[in-house]
Amino acid sequence: MTGTENAAELVRHAPGAHEDGAALLPGGTTTSTQDFLRGVWEENPVLVQMLGLCPALAVTNTVANSLAMGLATFFVLTGSSLLVSTFKNLIPKEVRIASFILIIATFVTIADMTLAAVVPDIHKALGAFIALIVVNCMILGRQEAFASKRPIGRALLDAVGTGFGFIIAMVMMGSIRELLGNGSLLGYSVFGPSFEPWIIMILPPGGFLTLGIILLAFGWGRGRKAAEVPRVRRWPHGVASRRAA
Amino acid sequence: MSSDLFWILISAMLVNNFTLHLFLGLCPFMGVSAKIATALRMGAANIFVLTITSLVASFLNAYVLPFAPYLRLISFIVVIASLVQIVEMTIKKVSPTLFRELGIYLPLITTNCAILGLAIFQTNRGYGFLEGLAFALGAGLGLTLALVLMASIRERAELADIPALAKGMGLVLIIAGSLSLAFMGFAGLSTP
Repeated sequence: MTGTENAAELVRHAPGAHEDGAALLPGGTTTSTQDFLRGVWEENPVLVQMLGLCPALAVTNTVANSLAMGLATFFVLTGSSLLVSTFKNLIPKEVRIASFILIIATFVTIADMTLAAVVPDIHKALGAFIALIVVNCMILGRQEAFASKRPIGRALLDAVGTGFGFIIAMVMMGSIRELLGNGSLLGYSVFGPSFEPWIIMILPPGGFLTLGIILLAFGWGRGRKAAEVPRVRRWPHGVASRRAA
Repeated sequence: MSSDLFWILISAMLVNNFTLHLFLGLCPFMGVSAKIATALRMGAANIFVLTITSLVASFLNAYVLPFAPYLRLISFIVVIASLVQIVEMTIKKVSPTLFRELGIYLPLITTNCAILGLAIFQTNRGYGFLEGLAFALGAGLGLTLALVLMASIRERAELADIPALAKGMGLVLIIAGSLSLAFMGFAGLSTP
């Protein structure tokens, strides 16, 4: 989904209408394990689909912040998917996006108030970005592409998987940035006092650079795997062939 | 007073650039920054919607939200989304040329975090009507600047001899990181 100059193309790609969906869902039949696992790794929202980048770059300067943001987003995504899937037959098609956003905004308000009451320090550090979960395209994308068309159980599994994938990506970014930028993990010093922290990693450019380097590393790994494809036993559902392509 | 307004504009445009410093509006920044011409149009559409949003947020903050502060988020998003829809329909009716130029970008912008971010930051900082307008204009110009810079670099990168491994989003993010690094130089402006 790189290099989409055409905005219409962008609309088709961005809100979860990813090209992989068709390959993995032949006639809409997948097992529940696949519903769950797809979002965790194979179609990780941040690292593969490049959705929900704003929070992934903005608040990942410490592990604690990343984890809090990941959990809040997980809660909003699961709650919204559950509700959208429950009411999918009552929501008119014409106003479905507006209805989804209303449902999401309600859950975000709950998450915002809960965080403010339970962990006020982290709530202050995350600032406006909690409210901005509403416009996280990953959440709206899952509602539009999955929850509004599937039974409750599968929508829930898909939301839990995607939310879990988001937490993994957030904690990955947060660990790298806090470790290099501050020499610590979750506030505990790792390298000792003689370590000269790379301040840049906890500043805004560090977010771009960290994600950029992670993506380059993933691309490198995929390139190596693709070169090996003929020798590897092909997965069912054409995963290996898709990687090669 | 007027120097305050000017400072708000410069601060939103350069020092706290929405895209490169606050990470707002990354979707268009990554998605429609391949060509300079499209980037400029996207920027123009952004400035337009940001200004309207600022007006609406000022109005809501002054007259509606004092009575129901817990409805802040929901009322912002609903009002902004419906207003952009109305503006889109009006432009389509009044000036089809302008609609062709901006049309496809307007609905995309509604779910852009920069718009909601502007409304929330404006509220948190307690900006009034005029300050809000200056803030919105600065933010819009900053977004346009970042988009055009990015598009210019990407147009050059098309012609450059880049290893196949580095092509794609990884490279775009690292370019963005360098741009963000360069924009950090503007932080010196904040202590005049």
